[in-house]
Amino acid sequence: MQIAWIYGLIGGLMIGGAAALFLLVNGRIMGASGILGSVVDGSGWSSLAERLAFLAGLIGLPALVMLAGHAPETHLTGNWAVVMIAGLAVGLGTRMANGCTSGHGVCGISRLSLRGIVATLVYLGAGMVTMLIARHLLEVI
Amino acid sequence: MMRLVFACLAGGLFGAGLMLSGMTDTRKVQGWLDIFGAWDPTLAFVLGGAILPMLVAWRVAARRTNAILGTPLPPKPTPLLDSRLLAGSALFGFGWALAGLCPGPALASLSYGGVQGLVFLGAMIVGMLGWRGLSAALVRRGAPA
Repeated sequence: MQIAWIYGLIGGLMIGGAAALFLLVNGRIMGASGILGSVVDGSGWSSLAERLAFLAGLIGLPALVMLAGHAPETHLTGNWAVVMIAGLAVGLGTRMANGCTSGHGVCGISRLSLRGIVATLVYLGAGMVTMLIARHLLEVI
Repeated sequence: MMRLVFACLAGGLFGAGLMLSGMTDTRKVQGWLDIFGAWDPTLAFVLGGAILPMLVAWRVAARRTNAILGTPLPPKPTPLLDSRLLAGSALFGFGWALAGLCPGPALASLSYGGVQGLVFLGAMIVGMLGWRGLSAALVRRGAPA
């Protein structure tokens, strides 16, 4: 268990380092939902190449690591209804709230942004309530 | 050209960090949210570790007007709490707990997430496009933008 915390901390520092690099060098806030969402709905096409380059790195580097034989486990459920409902909710919710874990959580909290802090508290609270209901009461996940 | 190189580097570092930290492991994420069950505190270290470099970065950014490659740095958002922020975040938290994936890890784990990972990403994109249609409909009905 202790080793997981260390990996978590090192991985976290890399995530924060990536956000710092993107902010200070490119002048952009690293929000995964914003970068992807504005590519698919066309609202971010003025900086399309930069967004696509970011997505290429985000998808490509883990793919290279996987090809080198170090694929970590994911444990995503095989229940198609759960996968689809969850995906729809994540996509709609993050665009509605204009941010997700990386944008509101990492970039917002570190900036002491009221919106980022409140958004993080709300999605953590909603997630914990969902786990309570879906896992412990309904036992569907 | 430099913008693209550094955007790709930032994306790669983000993806590697998500992979190493366990954010792409849905069991770990759900364990973190499962405070009424077998709670897994690892994500506190991930979030804490991610915030540290950004605390420094925002302090550096505060002394500059432009980023290194010339783009103006993003202005501080107005501290406005509206119903869209609250409802959207709640909806996101619901989906995040249900599957254990948020947008960054859904992209990072694309190569090893199997067919379910692809279906999740597809549904997420449909949801994102759905908000575009929904917000346009709300504006037509006179809701505040």
